[in-house]
Amino acid sequence: MSQIKEITIGDVAKRSADGEEFSGETMALNIGPSHPTTHGVLRLMMELDGDVIKSARPVVGYLHRGDEKIAENMTYNQFVPYTDRLDYLAPLANNVAYAIAVEKLAQLEVPERCQAIRVLCCELARISSHLLGVGVYGMDAGAWTVFMYTFTQREKLYTLFEELTGARFTTSYTRIGGVARDIPDGWLGRVSDFCDQVLPVLDEVDKLLTRNRIFMDRTEGVGTISKEKALAYGMTGPNLRASGVDLDLRKDRPYSGYERYDFDVPIGTRGDCYDRYLIRGEEIRQSVRIVRQVIDQFPDGAYYAEDAKKIFAPQKAKILTSMEELIQNFMIVTEGPRMPEGEVYFEAENPKGALGFFIVSKGGGVPYRLKIRGPSFCNLSILDDLLPGHYLTDVTVILGSLDFVMGECDR
Amino acid sequence: METITEESLTAKFDYLTPRPSSDHTAYNCPSAHLREFVWALRDEHGYDLLLDVTAIDWDAATPRFTGVYHFYSTARHVYLRVAVDCADNVNPTLPSLADIYPAANWHERETYDMLGIVYAGHPDLRRILMWDAYPYFPLRKDFPLAGIQTELPAADVAESTKAKVKSAPMMGGPFVSKRPGPMSEAEPRALDESWTEQSEKPAENTSRAD
Repeated sequence: MSQIKEITIGDVAKRSADGEEFSGETMALNIGPSHPTTHGVLRLMMELDGDVIKSARPVVGYLHRGDEKIAENMTYNQFVPYTDRLDYLAPLANNVAYAIAVEKLAQLEVPERCQAIRVLCCELARISSHLLGVGVYGMDAGAWTVFMYTFTQREKLYTLFEELTGARFTTSYTRIGGVARDIPDGWLGRVSDFCDQVLPVLDEVDKLLTRNRIFMDRTEGVGTISKEKALAYGMTGPNLRASGVDLDLRKDRPYSGYERYDFDVPIGTRGDCYDRYLIRGEEIRQSVRIVRQVIDQFPDGAYYAEDAKKIFAPQKAKILTSMEELIQNFMIVTEGPRMPEGEVYFEAENPKGALGFFIVSKGGGVPYRLKIRGPSFCNLSILDDLLPGHYLTDVTVILGSLDFVMGECDR
Repeated sequence: METITEESLTAKFDYLTPRPSSDHTAYNCPSAHLREFVWALRDEHGYDLLLDVTAIDWDAATPRFTGVYHFYSTARHVYLRVAVDCADNVNPTLPSLADIYPAANWHERETYDMLGIVYAGHPDLRRILMWDAYPYFPLRKDFPLAGIQTELPAADVAESTKAKVKSAPMMGGPFVSKRPGPMSEAEPRALDESWTEQSEKPAENTSRAD
């Protein structure tokens, strides 16, 4: 009886790459800085032996704008629009993270309504970012349709953002001590409608991708990052959780009233590309859960800290009629919000990971030093360790699964 | 892992001094003891994440540069800030942590790139955000916001186009009032209105900063 031996293409390719008679000259391959795989302006300089990557050197900095230098030269509120442009797929979450960091410096508590609005902003931004992340990831792995489904939903979110902030993309919604304006009439109802619409689409994405044989073959066991390695490289966010580390700052160090809401933190087991994809899908569902709870218990009150007269500019109507408010407004606009001396470091759990702001203040309205910790920067630093040993075709899948944004990496 | 409170760290490591901070526990650590302290933080005190490495330029003060590290413990959910003064104001040097936390690799490259702090023992201390031949350290306080005119990174392109990396016109802002000063001068102004896109830029000093 003849024996049947199963041989997969992977085995053959592996053997041919390992075999001594085949290992010859290596080839240098450059991807980017402008290439669809790199989701922005990342450049990869790789050394290939046949199809297998021997070494990879990521080159970043093509989108460097000197945000930290700019921040040292303007008042705290003036910097809010620059935070839009860090992780430009979730500008609202950046706005909130920055505002809370500065408020920590000023020891300022915002009212519950403001906190609730900010939680809504963060979670909607997370949904928006992950919808794109999952959709584009399907596209990276060769499945076009998913992108169309998720992008349609994302478009609806942008309409909601426009209603709330006046801009679809560059929202600049928060101010130090509050938000720019209260929520519009009936907006919460429309957010709730969106939640109803997005969940069936997630099920659809599940059907298209999650048990899709081709997709699984391309992502399972590819780009595996161990728990130890993920921590050593300072990864955060979904990428770290996919490797099995239970770190979610919304749970561990609740800010903006996250302790009031009930949600689960999905944790991966293997840390491969497939896990990172699954985590993002589940996080959208959890964000929808949070959004619904916020809407259910939406507090009344002010949307800004009313007692912070030297930080949050007074209402327009009062500026035009009252001398006191006119002077306050003048001082806040010209000199910036009045801040104490001190050093603070605040991180928020953003869609891409922990976005941190380290602010050194010498008092006055302008930060002396503002350091931005972009989660994408840290998540990318693992590439030269992660890529070697993988096939060239896996580069697309691995980069997509890390879901980074160069605006935040290069700052 | 021992359950050690942040306060008891000073008792164990006598070279630490508490640092004023508005939020997390913070220590000043002498540069000579930094690596020894960080090994202990990672292996004995559960600070498994190095989140951020940066530095502050205190301008005219001495010591001029202070390196700042932020650690996080995923088990206890606490941050720790460690600040290290650089002894030399002209050639600031700090020990590299890249072999203890691989995360430090890129962060230290960035701090070197932006502030010119040399991390001794770093495996690959190149610029990361600016190009390799860039002559300045842009986050130093003596570097102007507008930038300084430099050569293009690509020599062949510079040769054929005669183009340079130009500094930015500042007439569009940011608008910040000059403090301290009388109220009549507190009106916010652009930082440098001496030239615009229409009027020629005054000649500038192109000497290297480093």
